[in-house]
Amino acid sequence: MSKVKPEKLVDEKGLRIDGRKLDQLRPIKLEVDVLENADGSAYIEQGKNKILAAVYGPKETQPKHLALPDRAVIRCRYHMAPFSTQTRKNPAPSRREIELSKIVRESLEPAIFTELYPRTTIDVFIEVLQSDGGTRCSGITAAALAIADAGIPLRDLVVACAAGKADGHIVLDLNDEEDQFGQADLPVAMLPRTGEITLLQMDGNLSHGEFEKALNLAIEGCKQIHAMQKEALKNEYVLVKEVAEETVVAEETVKVEKEEEGGEA
Amino acid sequence: MSVTPSTEIVAKIRQRHLIELIARGKRLDGRDLADYREIKIESGVIGKAEGSALVNLGNTKVMAGVKISTGEPFPDTPNEGILTVNAELVPLASPTFELGPPSENAIELARVVDRGIRESKAIDLEKLCIVPGKNVFVVFIDVYILNHDGNLVDASALAALAAVLNAKIPNYEVKEGAVQIKEGHSKLPTKNLPITVTIAKIDGKLLVDPFLLEEQVMDAKISITIDQDEKICAMQKSGLGIFTLEMIQESMKTVLEKSKQLRKIVTG
Amino acid sequence: MTLLFEKNKFVTPGDQLAEGDFIPGNNTYRDGEKIFASRIGLANLDGKTVYVVAVKGCYVPNIGDFIIGKVIDMTTSGWIVDINSPYDAMLSVSEAVERQFNTQRDALSRIYNIGDLLMAKIIAYDRTRGPVLTTLDRGLGKITRGRVISITPTKIPRLIGKKGSMVNLLKTETNCYINVGQNGMVLISGSTPEDEDLAILAILKIEAEAHTSGLTERISALINDMKIKRGLTNVQSKTGETG
Repeated sequence: MSKVKPEKLVDEKGLRIDGRKLDQLRPIKLEVDVLENADGSAYIEQGKNKILAAVYGPKETQPKHLALPDRAVIRCRYHMAPFSTQTRKNPAPSRREIELSKIVRESLEPAIFTELYPRTTIDVFIEVLQSDGGTRCSGITAAALAIADAGIPLRDLVVACAAGKADGHIVLDLNDEEDQFGQADLPVAMLPRTGEITLLQMDGNLSHGEFEKALNLAIEGCKQIHAMQKEALKNEYVLVKEVAEETVVAEETVKVEKEEEGGEA
Repeated sequence: MSVTPSTEIVAKIRQRHLIELIARGKRLDGRDLADYREIKIESGVIGKAEGSALVNLGNTKVMAGVKISTGEPFPDTPNEGILTVNAELVPLASPTFELGPPSENAIELARVVDRGIRESKAIDLEKLCIVPGKNVFVVFIDVYILNHDGNLVDASALAALAAVLNAKIPNYEVKEGAVQIKEGHSKLPTKNLPITVTIAKIDGKLLVDPFLLEEQVMDAKISITIDQDEKICAMQKSGLGIFTLEMIQESMKTVLEKSKQLRKIVTG
Repeated sequence: MTLLFEKNKFVTPGDQLAEGDFIPGNNTYRDGEKIFASRIGLANLDGKTVYVVAVKGCYVPNIGDFIIGKVIDMTTSGWIVDINSPYDAMLSVSEAVERQFNTQRDALSRIYNIGDLLMAKIIAYDRTRGPVLTTLDRGLGKITRGRVISITPTKIPRLIGKKGSMVNLLKTETNCYINVGQNGMVLISGSTPEDEDLAILAILKIEAEAHTSGLTERISALINDMKIKRGLTNVQSKTGETG
């Protein structure tokens, strides 16, 4: 079951099929520290995208011969859940997921102070639970928060956003229909403080001028989303949390009673 | 899972020498920063393939073969032929290529070449429809790396394009819904000539067509595909480094110029 | 020379903290003339050093640190210890027993076995290999009683307090032996489980509120209120001691 092409992606009033203006982002919700076991985690909803990012590490690289002597190894997995798309997606990694895992890793790695943790591995997992266009960008935005949440030192919070062309108009943050039936898709990731670009891809058909316009629009989108990333971190960490007596004492302690019993650190 | 690659260790002295030369606008092999290596394209080298080409870009050697068969179209494009691009980093091409299923580099390479051809509509897929909804031509482009001396993307894109331009489909006739193969062949219908130009960044400087040593030293590269109407149809930044907006704008100017040069070489 | 924040400002990676003649301290980095935060936390100034108290961060070993670790493997000459840091630590036999160790007669597992929790000290650490431990000093060795909890290593300084004021307050008020590992692991041993519960509750509250002021008073009040609840005392909350 694939989607039917909508009659128009942009109407005469300049509104898109989900009611947005040409330069408007989809509604975004960001939450940090959502998974108990991961060292860092974040969840993003962007339009209908629902994506979870989790980070483990730095931890000693095993097996040892795979370690890098002067920096941490980043392992990154971008994966879509079988139920995330209209037609069920085979759980085995597709060629697209393999390419995106590489692209996403290359978009995050420049921001991480990997040289501070030689011979270790940092794992970044991005799971797309529901996909509606621009998942690599939403995934990168969440992954950056998860890395910061894990306490791994970063130069900046990497942020990503796509722009493109639909019905001849340059538009921001393409949804699935616009991505499928539009004329160009341009995902961009950057370090917001310096404006340095860590991911740039494009497929479609754009003139030089249209490309410049779309790139600048994507960069604008990135800046807006970066403000939301900082807000999400503030909401998580600045509010003082009440410690509930019963739950905490029961779950978080470990008993070391006798010599025979092993303890858990 | 994508894992940070372990880079080939290049002696510091060599790196410094390379960078000093680049600062003066020159490269180890004598080229200017915006020069391509010598390009040789031979078409029709594999008789049994429907189309083929061998490209030499300096010492990088890439062969592309086009195989054409027929089959059912995809349900959402019932009137279009099917295009698949695959790339193999064959172990004999480099000590760093391992045997096994395609690595992320092979997959990325194939998908970038695919995007160039598909988004530019180099192959006129609509003209590959035999019986709408039932039977269409299926075009396989296989890129085979034979020697890796850097810039596999541009060499592969050239080889794929040359093989496509060289490719032929059998003549046929549809009588009462049945397909009959007739005598002779016609050229595979094409309607664009996409050219990919790759620019590497070393120590803040931009160079066109990096060879292997430059790729081992570079911190990032960007490949841009331009069609015959100067429209951009694909872009891919790769590597662990960054590009500033100014560098991208500068690269775009260089790419537009270089793509014209390369297109002339392909069309001969 | 500009400072771009007021005390305890919440910052995130990439936020600019200062420009000019400052020294980049913990969890910050310098880029040209400017200093930026590299971790989430609260920015502060100490003399000319700009630093960030991180809300989360893995434990980075320092020589001289006392830590609590778990034995996870044995080699021919010692043990490998998980100290809650990116690198596993090594404890060799010569740093665990003072007498001569005979590999044929003695078994390593008789000294420390896999799963044992140890109190140890870091005696060496450099970038080329993992941290090296000793358990020879007084008070170090296998932990045989009490409870061990884990808190974020970056909160340990607050748990200890200026010159030990916070942890001493806890020890007196809860009547527990409390040993704080720099790696975020804390050993609590009291005469009753209720005392230990109280100490743990207080420690977790300190972890959650490490960046706030007036914490010492609140902890003191909390402990007192809990004691009243459990019928351990009739005395109302005292106003806070110095700390």
